[in-house]
Amino acid sequence: MHIVVCVKQVPDTKIIKVNPKTNTLDRRGVPAILNPYDGHAVEEAVRIKNKVGGKVSVLSMGPPQATEVIKKSIEIGADAGYLITDRRFAGADTLATSYALYNALKKIAKEEPIDLVLCGLHAIDGDTGQVGPGIARRLNIPPVTKVIKVEEVNVEKKYIKVHRKIEDGYEVIQAQLPCLITVEKEINEISYSPLPNMIKAARYKPVIWSVDDLEGVDISQLGLKGSPTVVGKMWAPKPPEKAKMIEGSSAEQVKQLVSTILAEKSELFQQ
Amino acid sequence: MIEEYRGVWVFIEERQGEIAGVSLELLGAGRALADKLDVPLGGFLLGYNVKNLAQICFEYGADEVYVIDDPILKNYRTEPFMHGVSNLVRKYKPEIILYGATSNGKDLASAIATDLSTGLTADTTMLDIDLENRLFEASRPAFGGNIMATILCKKHRPQMATVRPKVMKALPRQVGRTGTIIEEKLGLEESSIRTKVLEIVRDAKKKANLADAHIIVAGGKGMGSEENFQLLYELADVLGASVGGTRDVVEAGWLDHSLQIGQTGETVSPKIYFAFGISGAIQHVVGMKNSELIIAVNKDPNAPIFNASHYGIVGDAMEILPLLIQEFKAALEKSGGVVEHV
Ligand SMILES: Cc1cc2nc3c(=O)[nH]c(=O)nc-3n(C[C@H](O)[C@H](O)[C@H](O)COP(=O)(O)OP(=O)(O)OC[C@H]3O[C@@H](n4cnc5c(N)ncnc54)[C@H](O)[C@@H]3O)c2cc1C
Ligand SMILES: Cc1cc2nc3c(=O)[nH]c(=O)nc-3n(C[C@H](O)[C@H](O)[C@H](O)COP(=O)(O)OP(=O)(O)OC[C@H]3O[C@@H](n4cnc5c(N)ncnc54)[C@H](O)[C@@H]3O)c2cc1C
Repeated sequence: MHIVVCVKQVPDTKIIKVNPKTNTLDRRGVPAILNPYDGHAVEEAVRIKNKVGGKVSVLSMGPPQATEVIKKSIEIGADAGYLITDRRFAGADTLATSYALYNALKKIAKEEPIDLVLCGLHAIDGDTGQVGPGIARRLNIPPVTKVIKVEEVNVEKKYIKVHRKIEDGYEVIQAQLPCLITVEKEINEISYSPLPNMIKAARYKPVIWSVDDLEGVDISQLGLKGSPTVVGKMWAPKPPEKAKMIEGSSAEQVKQLVSTILAEKSELFQQ
Repeated sequence: MIEEYRGVWVFIEERQGEIAGVSLELLGAGRALADKLDVPLGGFLLGYNVKNLAQICFEYGADEVYVIDDPILKNYRTEPFMHGVSNLVRKYKPEIILYGATSNGKDLASAIATDLSTGLTADTTMLDIDLENRLFEASRPAFGGNIMATILCKKHRPQMATVRPKVMKALPRQVGRTGTIIEEKLGLEESSIRTKVLEIVRDAKKKANLADAHIIVAGGKGMGSEENFQLLYELADVLGASVGGTRDVVEAGWLDHSLQIGQTGETVSPKIYFAFGISGAIQHVVGMKNSELIIAVNKDPNAPIFNASHYGIVGDAMEILPLLIQEFKAALEKSGGVVEHV
């Protein structure tokens, strides 16, 4: 069983600030981290490997520093890592991103065929959740998004059985392998990394490819050039008007509030 | 040729024989775009025994409904839905397509965007048309809602967006309004499809969820403790309301994750929204600002929540809540009024 997990390096959006004057992001001092969903995807891949045997590889597209998220994945238990890095990948929207990752996956599959691809539900910076289904389409394998549980992986009969979250519950889905799943955070808790993983990670050097290392790539479909979407403008939403404040003692405030609500929303309180 | 593409389409999402609320909202939003462009508004509806739902789409603003009715489409699955919709788009060439940003809407839109090699803007909350350039302007909150970004798709068609539920408004239903049904075949064999839905487990509790509540009583860290949340449940009981809260409250373990309101939780737009002990961070406000009547109680007169509310009380939630419960109880008993429960 060869499982490949796509992992993205993202700024820690919990800390990111927007400069209100220029509407640009202030990335100073904001650490780059492994997209939290992708951490859960690596963990799930490692758990599947521990059950049915095989190998977990991770793949990232990003600047050379994205090596860090590959190391982090090795810590969690991945066996191998690939980084595709090239200026020609830069400025990609989700269509161009899935095209680049797809080409790298094809090359990885040449070395060792892929049975399962895992992605995070979404990346916390771009936050579209569109890359995973895009890769599946390009590889022509079935996608299952929003997976909260992997119930069974059957290597012999080549299928996977998973729970997919929907608005009012979940679906139990069986998909033929190879397929691609995107995972929710609740799928697992990331275990503490054993010492040997940490040591391996610290020394780990991923395989690094540029565009020229990939085969049969149509350059016009990469990066900014290959992106149908463009950001037109950015602006900060106008702050809303201030509330009407109700004054008086607590008892008076409450009385006035209740009569205001009953008057304004009388349709809710009809006879 | 992108000039060949004309018309605005909406993905009509069917759930257990009914049209999802978000699809009706998008017909409302789509109607405005179509009128601006002076083109028809179409809906597309895939499923099994769903043709009868087309009439409802007409009554909510659609001029045309494209229907693919096939047993294979009984439950949503990416591949057959993508196959059907991509073929419709190739044949009829709409210039804009809107999908609800739901589990299935996002899944389908992402697959189609790749299949048709076109742009897709995610989780939008504002839609408009640049008439001069005949371009669709789809805007989305970015970076926790601190900033809005307008995304354009200039050279590819259709221009597509997923739209957050509860942000757009459905038009009032015009009973008897009609339109054209256009039927197409799916043209797939079950044996060619690589996924099966074995079972659907529905959580009845979740069904009566926040998104459908008429009144929401929400609490933040200022409630002080999980025990104090009891007061919110009491008020909710009197009003037939649902209880929700902020992310900090969910992280503290006072409330289930499914009840979180905001950027990374539910988007809600009830008729009345109460915010007790909520500071009003932008990430919370983006999830509730479309509520019809917003009331905030906070002990800090400068709390940002007051800038996102219609009425405010500066005070201690622990003091206000018991009085409010009492006052509502008395008022509703006197009027014999009943609250419409969800
Ligand atoms: C504010 C903002 C808004 C944007 N809006 C849009 C938009 O509406 N439409 C659009 O097409 N693009 C948009 N983009 C561009 C988009 O963020 C990039 O295309 C990005 O490369 C991938 O999209 P994502 O971050 O949304 O990833 P998602 O689709 O959310 O990522 C899902 C999963 O795909 C995998 N993955 C994603 N990127 C990589 C990577 N580089 N390496 C390895 N695995 C990866 C990971 O497993 C990840 O968990 C936007 C960008 C910004 C900054
Ligand atoms: C990427 C990102 C996504 C996020 N997504 C969400 C989201 O989806 N939803 C969300 O809610 N948050 C979200 N947040 C977190 C958000 O930024 C705030 O931290 C959070 O909303 C604050 O919660 P709070 O108002 O309960 O707590 P606090 O900010 O701690 O506010 C408590 C308030 O209670 C008041 N108070 C204290 N005691 C009393 C009393 N006795 N009576 C009355 N008032 C009192 C205080 O004056 C204060 O205003 C997100 C943050 C990030 C970075």
